[in-house]
Amino acid sequence: MASLVTKKSVLFAKFVKNASNNSKRLSSHFIYFPDNEKPVQGETTKMNMMQAINNAMDITLKNDPTAVLFGEDVGFGGVFRCALGLQEKYGKDRVFNTPLCEQGIAGFGIGLATAGATAIAEIQFADYIFPAFDQLVNEAAKARYRSGGMFPCGALTVRAPSGAVGHGGLYHSQSPEAFFAHAPGLRVVVPRGPIAAKGLLLSCIRERDPCIFLEPKILYRSATEEVPVEDYTLPLGKAQVLREGDAATLIGWGTQVHVLLEVAQMAEEKLGIKCDVIDLQSILPWDEETVCNSVKKTGRCLISHEAPLTSGFGAELAATIQDECFLHLEAPISRVTGWDAPFPHVFEPFYLPDKWRCFHALSQLINY
Amino acid sequence: MALKTGASFVRINALRHAVRLMSTNTRPEAVQNGVKIAEFPGVKAPYVTEIKFLNENSYDPIPIYRVLDNNGEVIDNKEEPNIDKDNLVHMYKTMVQLNQMDKILYESQRQGRISFYMTNYGEEGIHIGTAAALSPKDLVFTQYREVGMFLYRGVTVTELINQCYGNHEDPGKGRQMPVHYGNERLNLVTISSPLATQMPQAVGAAYALKRTPDNDRCVVCFFGDGAASEGDAHAAFNFAATLECPVILFCRNNGYAISTPTNEQYRGDGIGARGPALGLHTLRVDGTDTLAVYSAVRRARHLAVGSNKPVLIEAMCYRVGHHSTSDDSSAYRPVEEIQKWTKEESPLQKFKLYLEQKGLWDADADKSWQKEARDTVLRTMQEAEKKKRPNWREMLEDVYHDMPPRIHKQMQEMEQHLKKYSEHYPLDQYES
Repeated sequence: MASLVTKKSVLFAKFVKNASNNSKRLSSHFIYFPDNEKPVQGETTKMNMMQAINNAMDITLKNDPTAVLFGEDVGFGGVFRCALGLQEKYGKDRVFNTPLCEQGIAGFGIGLATAGATAIAEIQFADYIFPAFDQLVNEAAKARYRSGGMFPCGALTVRAPSGAVGHGGLYHSQSPEAFFAHAPGLRVVVPRGPIAAKGLLLSCIRERDPCIFLEPKILYRSATEEVPVEDYTLPLGKAQVLREGDAATLIGWGTQVHVLLEVAQMAEEKLGIKCDVIDLQSILPWDEETVCNSVKKTGRCLISHEAPLTSGFGAELAATIQDECFLHLEAPISRVTGWDAPFPHVFEPFYLPDKWRCFHALSQLINY
Repeated sequence: MALKTGASFVRINALRHAVRLMSTNTRPEAVQNGVKIAEFPGVKAPYVTEIKFLNENSYDPIPIYRVLDNNGEVIDNKEEPNIDKDNLVHMYKTMVQLNQMDKILYESQRQGRISFYMTNYGEEGIHIGTAAALSPKDLVFTQYREVGMFLYRGVTVTELINQCYGNHEDPGKGRQMPVHYGNERLNLVTISSPLATQMPQAVGAAYALKRTPDNDRCVVCFFGDGAASEGDAHAAFNFAATLECPVILFCRNNGYAISTPTNEQYRGDGIGARGPALGLHTLRVDGTDTLAVYSAVRRARHLAVGSNKPVLIEAMCYRVGHHSTSDDSSAYRPVEEIQKWTKEESPLQKFKLYLEQKGLWDADADKSWQKEARDTVLRTMQEAEKKKRPNWREMLEDVYHDMPPRIHKQMQEMEQHLKKYSEHYPLDQYES
C-alpha cells in the first residue's frame, strides 16, 4: 500500500514536472528587461505589472471621488487580480461587477464620462472587446467631434489584457491595437512593464480623450520592477528610445519590446552592431518624430508586433517611414509579426515573432 | 401583467416571501404547505411535477394607460394632471411650432436646400408630455425623432435650423447630418446616428448622477421599437436593473422601423413585456395622449430619482410621416392606415380639444399662432441660408482635445493644397 502511494506520488510529481516544463517552454519566448531608469525620484517598491496597475487605480480612486472601476468579475479583484482589494477599500458603488456584456460596459463607461465621472472600464480579455467595437469606434471616438466639443467622453479609459501568454489560443491571445488605430479620436496605449504601466495608465485616466489601454497579460506577474510609490504620469503620444545604436532601428510595443531588446543584444554579440530599440508605447496618436529621426540616423528599420502582418500597425509605420525617410533608407523596411492566421494554441512558438525570426530579419536587413 | 392563473400566482408569491423570510439555512429547497421552493443561486421558485411551457399568451397584454379620449375629454377626472394654465398653452404652442418646422424643413429638403430631414408627425405628444414632466436639469439622450424635447426646453428654432444647414453657428460645427441636435446648457446630449448606442450610455450617466451627493436628477433615454432589437437595448435594460440606476428608458413604439412593421421586428407583448422580465418598473402608455405621457413620466421620475428604480415606458403611437426624406412609406403601408392615425389619433388634435374645453384656446388663437410659428421657421430659414459654413479647418479640430502633430501636419498639407488649387474648392461658402 505504502509503495503504491509512493509510486503514485512519484508519477504525479513527474506529471507536474512535465507540465511545468511544458508551460515554461511555452511562456518564455522572451527575457524580461526591467527598466532601470525611474521617471521620478523618491521611494520605490518592488511591484509586478498587475500591482503597478492596481496602484495606479488605487491612486485614482483615492484622489478622484467621481472615479469608478467596473467590468466583469471586477468586484472580487478581476480574473487577473488588477482590482484586488479595491472594492474593500472604496466600496461597492465605486468598484463593481457589471453583467457579462462588453458593449454594455463600454456604453456604460461613455455615459459615466458624459455625466462628469471618471470611468475605468475593464474588458476581461482584449479578444472579447469586439462587441464593444461600435461603442468605442462610433461613439467614444467621435463624441467630442460630433458635438463640437460639448459632450466629449475623455474621462473614459478602457483597460483590456492582450497579447500572447503561452497557452491562450485564438481567444485569449489577440493584440487588437490596429483595429482601434483606425479610429481618430481614440488613444491606444500599450505598456511594456510595471513602471511604464503605472505612469501611462494614470495619464490615460487623466487624459481628456478616451483611451484604450492594452495590457500585455504575460507581463502581469512575470515583469517586476522597482516602481516609484508616488503619483507620476508618462506622456501619451511619445515613444521611448531604450537602447541606442547606429546600425538599425528596431520598433515594437508591449512584450515585443523585450524580444527586440534581446535581439539588439544578440546583434551586438554575434554581429558586432548596435541598434536603436524604440518602444512606441502610444499606438494612436503615435510619435512619428522619434521614429523617423531614428530611422534617418540608422537607415535601416525593423518593426515587430504579435498581431498578424496584413494591416497590422507595422504597415502604417512602414508607410510613413518610407515617405519621410526614403533617401535615408539602405534597405527595405522589415516587418516581423504574427502570421496571417488566427492566433493558434499549440503552434504558438511558431506563430510568434520570436527573437530568432527577428534576429534573422535583422541579419538580412544589415546585409541587404 | 398578471398570470392568467392569477390566484395561484399570488399564492406562490406569498409562499416565496414567507420562505425567504424564514430561511436561515442553506438547504437547496424549502417546503411550505406541501409546495417545494427551490433555492438555486439563479432563481427561487416552486417545484412542479407537470411540464408547462409559457408563451406570449400566458400573460394578459400590458394595458395602455390614457387620460384623454379621442375627443380630448378626460376619462377619469382624478387622473387629470395638475398642470398650470400657462404651461398647458406653452406645451400646445410648442407642438404647433414643431409641426410647422417639420412641414417647412421637409419641403426645404425636397427643394434641395438641406440634405436630409426627419419629421415627427404623430409623436409630438410624446416629446412635449415627457419634456413637461421632467426637471430641466434631467439629462436627456434622444434617438433622433424627439426634437420637440429640444423646443420645449428652450432651444430656439434658429439653433435647430442652423444645425440642419451646418452653418458656422451650428454648435456641432457642420460635422453631422441634419437633425443631429445637441445642447450642453439644456442637458440634451448630442444625437448620433447609430441606433440604441445611447441606451447603455444613458444608464452609465444615470449611475454617475446617482453617485452625486444629494442627487435630484435622472436620465431619460429615448429609443424606438426597432432600436429595441439591438444588443445595446438589452444591455441597457440589464445594466439599469442590476446597477439600480435612476433612468427612464422611453420606447416610442410607432409601429415601423423604416419599412419593417413590428410583427417582423419582434414577437411577444411589445417592448414593454421585456421590462418586468429584466427587473424594470414598466408602464405602457398611449403616446398620442400628451397628458397620459406627462403623468407616466412624472411618476417614473419619482421612482427613478426617489429610489433609484429604473423605469421602462413604452409609448404606443404611429409614425405618421415617412421614416426620413430618404424614404417613401407608401411603398410598404396603405394610405388609409396613415389617414386613420392622422385624423382620429392626432396628439395635437386631442390636446387642442382638451385646451378648448378648458377655455384656454380657441380657433382664432390657433390660426394666429400657426401663422406665427410658420413665419418664424421661414424667416429663420432665410437667415440660416445666408450664413456661411464653418472654416474648413474645423474639419480637423475636436478630434482630440489637443491636436496631435500628425493631424497638424495633415492640416498644413491641405492648406498648401488649397493655396495651389483653390479654384476647385467652394471656399467662398465657408468662413475664412
